[in-house]
Amino acid sequence: MNRVRARLVVLQFLVLTLLTVLTVRLWQVQVVRGPHFVVAATETRTRDVIVPAVRGPILDASGRPLVRNRTALVVSVDRAELERMPDGGMAVLKRLGAVLGRPVKELRERIRPCGPHVTRPCWPGSLYSPIPIDDKVSPREALQILERQEDFPGVNAEVQAVREYPLGTGASQTLGYLQPVTEEELKKRSKLKANFSGVDLVGRDGLEYVYDEALRGSPGLRRVQVDRMGKVLGVERQTSPVPGDILITNMDANVQRVVDRALATAMKNAPRADGAAAVVLDVKTGGVIAIGSVPTYDPKVWAGGISEKDYQHLLSEKAGLPLVSRATHGQYAPGSTFKVSSVSAMIRDGYPLKGKYDCPGVYDVAGTAFHNFHGIGLGVLDLHMALVKSCDTIFYKAAYEMWKRDGGLKPVPRPKEPMTATAKAFGFGRKTGIDLPGEVPGRIPGRAWKKEMWAATRHTSCARAKTGYPEVEKKNPGRAAYLKRLANENCLEGFEWKAAEAANLSIGQGDVLVTPLQLAAAYAALVGDGRLRSPRIAKAVVSPDGTHVREIKAPVTGRLPVTKETRDYIRRALSEVTSDGTAAGAFGGFPMNVVKIGGKTGTAEVYGKEDTSWFASFAPAEDPRFVVVVTVSQGGQGAMAAAPAAREIYEGIYGIKGTAALPGGKPAGRLPKIRRDGTVVQ
Amino acid sequence: MSQALVPRSRSLVRRAMGARSPVWRVDGVLLVAVMALSVIGTLLVWSSTRTWAAGAPTGMVMKHVLNLAIGWVLCGIAALADRRTLRIYAPAVYGVSLLGLLAVITPLGSTINGSHSWILLGGGFAVQPSELAKPALILMLCALLAEPARGTDRPRTLDLVLCAAAAAIAMGLVMLQPDFGTTMVLAVITGAIMIFAGLRKRYIAALGALAGAGAAAVWLLGLLKPYQIARFTAFINPANDPRGAGYNSTQSLIAIGSGELFGKGLFHGGQTTGRFVPEQHTDFIFTVAGEEFGFLGAVTVVALLGVVLLRGLRIARRSEDRFSAMVVGGIVCWFAFQTFVNVGMTIGIMPITGVPLPFVSYGGTATFANMIALGLIQAVHIRERPF
Repeated sequence: MNRVRARLVVLQFLVLTLLTVLTVRLWQVQVVRGPHFVVAATETRTRDVIVPAVRGPILDASGRPLVRNRTALVVSVDRAELERMPDGGMAVLKRLGAVLGRPVKELRERIRPCGPHVTRPCWPGSLYSPIPIDDKVSPREALQILERQEDFPGVNAEVQAVREYPLGTGASQTLGYLQPVTEEELKKRSKLKANFSGVDLVGRDGLEYVYDEALRGSPGLRRVQVDRMGKVLGVERQTSPVPGDILITNMDANVQRVVDRALATAMKNAPRADGAAAVVLDVKTGGVIAIGSVPTYDPKVWAGGISEKDYQHLLSEKAGLPLVSRATHGQYAPGSTFKVSSVSAMIRDGYPLKGKYDCPGVYDVAGTAFHNFHGIGLGVLDLHMALVKSCDTIFYKAAYEMWKRDGGLKPVPRPKEPMTATAKAFGFGRKTGIDLPGEVPGRIPGRAWKKEMWAATRHTSCARAKTGYPEVEKKNPGRAAYLKRLANENCLEGFEWKAAEAANLSIGQGDVLVTPLQLAAAYAALVGDGRLRSPRIAKAVVSPDGTHVREIKAPVTGRLPVTKETRDYIRRALSEVTSDGTAAGAFGGFPMNVVKIGGKTGTAEVYGKEDTSWFASFAPAEDPRFVVVVTVSQGGQGAMAAAPAAREIYEGIYGIKGTAALPGGKPAGRLPKIRRDGTVVQ
Repeated sequence: MSQALVPRSRSLVRRAMGARSPVWRVDGVLLVAVMALSVIGTLLVWSSTRTWAAGAPTGMVMKHVLNLAIGWVLCGIAALADRRTLRIYAPAVYGVSLLGLLAVITPLGSTINGSHSWILLGGGFAVQPSELAKPALILMLCALLAEPARGTDRPRTLDLVLCAAAAAIAMGLVMLQPDFGTTMVLAVITGAIMIFAGLRKRYIAALGALAGAGAAAVWLLGLLKPYQIARFTAFINPANDPRGAGYNSTQSLIAIGSGELFGKGLFHGGQTTGRFVPEQHTDFIFTVAGEEFGFLGAVTVVALLGVVLLRGLRIARRSEDRFSAMVVGGIVCWFAFQTFVNVGMTIGIMPITGVPLPFVSYGGTATFANMIALGLIQAVHIRERPF
């Protein structure tokens, strides 16, 4: 019996040991590593369902939609789930193709991830989010998929908001477009991550990009509890989505349509034109009433995944880069429209405003003959007539004199450079700061600029001065020789600001480049209160229930360096351009008694191409409210292409033929009212 | 017939409640511990099965309560048994249990959850003879080894051989089902009783070597099913195959670990509600305790089982009778092994094996067997206690 007892004691020791082992291990699992398992448990037990927020609409100043939402039945595919199937989801895609009436190949292409060697159609968004493959599904097709979920694992059909563009191709570069948020963006932008679901679209261009955060709203989150089979047991946590804010713009849908039409006409009438842009600004507020650029495209190509063909079209030079807005990205020599800056520079430099100036046919600038348009002399003029008739030699002379006063080729320590300085004060050579992405600054040349350029290009120029241009020589020996000479000159004396360059700048030629928007902003300041404003497309951001309004004002970025007297003088001069000056032909028969239009034509020469046609204008001439700037690239003379287009725009605004786009010639004043339910009182 | 020939008998109730009734001589601590385990087990079964079918959330727990009720009755009957009676009837009990095990491998047997261990009785009831084989084998082995060799306290060699044969037959039949877990339990019981009986140390060493060789043979000869091998490899590294063999292990760790110190509260365990751990009301019931009652609750369950084991050992040590001490020691080994293997597998320190947690897991036959064993311990206590 004692042996039995002894062995029972051993057993007791063993039992105590085992119990201790269990307790220690339980402590380790539950207390030490407990938090880790809590996270793991939440991960296995719950699924986060993102409830996307409805993106806010973009309205014009009267509340008419520029971009709105249309609800659509969207079929999407969960790629991760398909990949888990033995056949990679082929069977499911085949069945889906049959229901949707699309070839399987197309479906497969749409869900493959985009990559360096994978061209569209492909999926640019997150691989962990459902990929929309069809947003034009009939309710019948959707039901077929939803009712037979066992046949369509990983496929879902649901109602989603899809962007719709009532203007069609109008202002598409300005409005922008949406694309699925990419993995990199999610990773890079930590703040966005919380607000983004994988299915979210993000604004990629235009207003959709700039005001993305406001328009986006915040998606809701439904954390559902699921069981082992993925069956939903209940909702653990729920936050409702907050719809995006409403973006009210200064734009006017009717004026925009007029602008689009006018640009189309201008393109048609100028056979070699390769692009055109127009900007309509509100002189009083700096708001952008309309902004157009051709070639353009219909932004609906982006919805539900863009096709390879459409995408290549948008990127192709041949199609004229329809994605790029020429109003903000197009840089052209401004030609004579620039003379308002030159006149101001002269007055600033002490030239009498009411003085008399000789306008010969030819003027000699440091040994080079500079001609008037067609070489015609216009006699003795005042500055008023110099602008109306667009005399060039007066400005050549003034520019040459200024250049000489600055020391010519051997500049004084602090050259005044009135032409360059004034142009910069007019806002040229820097971005206007408009609420659109990727605007270009243009270029105002001058002495400092030349030095910078020389420092940057000297090496290349000197090399070219030696080697010449053999690749050009085969085709055009004359030009190759010219280029070689130029390279040599640039190599040796590229830092020198030459008299000819100064003369060219004074009439908006040479190295000077401006964007149509810059010109419009400068003219708005000139004919308005003399304050330079950074134009704004957006007027206000309004909460979806209309209660919260954040108004957006165009900030004043500078003051023109000219007195009101000078500005009025220039304005009055330009007011006669349409009746007695260079644009008289284009505005022939225009009822100036209804509204008088002032403006300046511009014809900028471009080497090897047709001239750039400009017309920078304002109305009413006595108390301007609108500035309209039209550019037609390779459109020829300003009076031939741009001025008629501007006329068409004014006719539309004031209703010269038919109904007025802006009755009374006034842009919408008060913001459209947004009701509690988000509807708009127009 | 005359009255005198009929013996005077007191009523059963009076006998049961009388001053000398065995009812007053049971081990109260052991009784209370098992009662507490039964109540906790009932709650856990309820929690883990309430999501099964809409409208019948209490179906399983009611069955469990019924099983417990029957179990307590069986416990009471076993507690009244006398050791001499047990020794006499041991071969019969063993024989009946062998018949049960044989019946399972005939067409009478049924497969439930991949294990061919059941005999369906109809009406939703089924018995699992391998569970009853555990106490039956204990009785049989102890009966065989009760008498030591003359003049020593070592077992007789012939008895040891008979013992080994009896155990081998039972284990072989269980292995045919196949039920690896129960086979292991029977092997541990057999080894333990032989050691209690006074097996020499060198034989114990030999037994250990034999067990090792047996395990190696089973492994090398491919007697294990692939899923069983998978369970062992998954035990060594659960991350290898988290969706397959490692799934149970991973999920039960998640369930228990996420209970942390205080647990999520009864019926509030998300992993339990979502039924992420398979066999949650039977073999993996401890995960429910871990998740919903936390570390404190889980340790309470372990502690209660510890009370049962230590109390059993105390009774065994106090027993003046070799047979009784060996029976109780064998039972304690059985419970201890199942407790450690069962809890151990849920917290990742033992491979996944199909053994229920004594007094807690759902399972009719297992409950009956446990309760009978409890009754046997109480019977020893009642008889041995001087009064």
